[in-house]
Amino acid sequence: MAEPSIDQIEKVITDSLVTFGADRDAISRDAELDALDVDSLDLAELSQIIEENFGVELSSNDVSEIKTVGDAIDIVAERAK
Amino acid sequence: MNEVVITGVGAVTPLGIGATKLHERWAAGVCGIEEGEGRCDEFVASDHFSVKEARRADRFSQLVLVAVGEALADAGWDAELPYDAARIGAIIGTGIGGIGTIEANDRTLIEQGPKLVSPLAVPLMMGNAGAAAVSMRHGLKGPSYGVVSACAAGTHAIGSAMRAIQYGDAIAVVAGGTEAALTPLSRAAFAAVDALSPSGISRPFDARRDGFVMGEGAGVLVLENGEAARARGARILAIARGYGATSDAFHITAPPANGEGAAAAITRALEDARITSDELVYVNAHGTSTPINDRAETAALKTALGERATTIPISSTKSAIGHLLGAAGAVEAVATILALRARLLPATLGLEEPDPELDLDYIPGSARRLDLEADQRAIAISNSFGFGGHNAVLCLEAT
Repeated sequence: MAEPSIDQIEKVITDSLVTFGADRDAISRDAELDALDVDSLDLAELSQIIEENFGVELSSNDVSEIKTVGDAIDIVAERAK
Repeated sequence: MNEVVITGVGAVTPLGIGATKLHERWAAGVCGIEEGEGRCDEFVASDHFSVKEARRADRFSQLVLVAVGEALADAGWDAELPYDAARIGAIIGTGIGGIGTIEANDRTLIEQGPKLVSPLAVPLMMGNAGAAAVSMRHGLKGPSYGVVSACAAGTHAIGSAMRAIQYGDAIAVVAGGTEAALTPLSRAAFAAVDALSPSGISRPFDARRDGFVMGEGAGVLVLENGEAARARGARILAIARGYGATSDAFHITAPPANGEGAAAAITRALEDARITSDELVYVNAHGTSTPINDRAETAALKTALGERATTIPISSTKSAIGHLLGAAGAVEAVATILALRARLLPATLGLEEPDPELDLDYIPGSARRLDLEADQRAIAISNSFGFGGHNAVLCLEAT
């Protein structure tokens, strides 16, 4: 799998959060997942989508470290290298 | 034992969103069945739920949440809960649960493998999801659980709620039934067991009846401790007078021809209500439109009600909306209460060719006025029988 660009990762994550019910306009790198009403079930789904798209498998420990949208983008970018 | 009263009703059915529509349209002779199914066409999830709420609830939970919203508003609970939340329960029956979710995730499993089965699959498909959704949305912290007894589930849920209040486990319970099983697997499975009507027509007690027509929807009652409800000045729609539940212990999909288990449930409900069959003014029949149910139910009514069976008006809500499986009993309890209150008994629609073996008064034609003597009360029974041999009967008195 070719290394994805930050833009590609950001797009997949943003689209997923919108699918989960978050307001697209409220999504930014600094946005906290709690504030977007993203909970553990959403994160479990997001992990599936990330693995499917980028081949990156996130452990539950990894997921528990993700607090903002930027955290999610960064961990995927780091692991996809 | 505590008296139990009903202070609110709600329904989402193939006749529309709202309990009043169910009663008025059925009484006007409107049938909500189209192309052999009773679908809730008026229900659009986005009218009632945010994106997140909608994807966190299978359709069977969505339907009951809307019915609960109506019932709570009807009971005057929309601003705030009238009692300590820890003393308010939620008991919601279903025949199957989130079968749409099961089927969608099974497709994912087969086509894309186990790693893509949704983390939402379990919370959406579990049979208690409807009860959980009601408890969470309204902050009800008393006893809450699902009831699973096929087509008797809605009635069992209401009976269980009644007992919880009588015993004092709860001051109030939001109870009902819900089903959303108009799915490919469910259709094929019910057809395979030869239960569905090949003609796609629901005509209970008619000589030409050939099976049930599947429908979807939800019905909900708000049940309260009578003393507490009166103390808060609630408007009381009806009194939950009696409940009877029995089992056939006979066959997984068929009742005994003499309907003895059903008859015993009716008898128990009347005993529980401390009334005789002479005091009943209406029977809301299970009346599925299958050859075997309508025959066995007729036999059961004769056994349990004696001579009164031959004179009492009987009708089947399923003639207007089809068979709502686990929601049926709850929707029919709502229909029974509203019929009694309006003193207007809707007809068994489509009943045109009497079956010579079925010789009771099934209210053919159009709705009938219920004229009560000065000393008569508006008391009815609502029957529900489910695959597995589960029989449940409610005795309801409208105020």
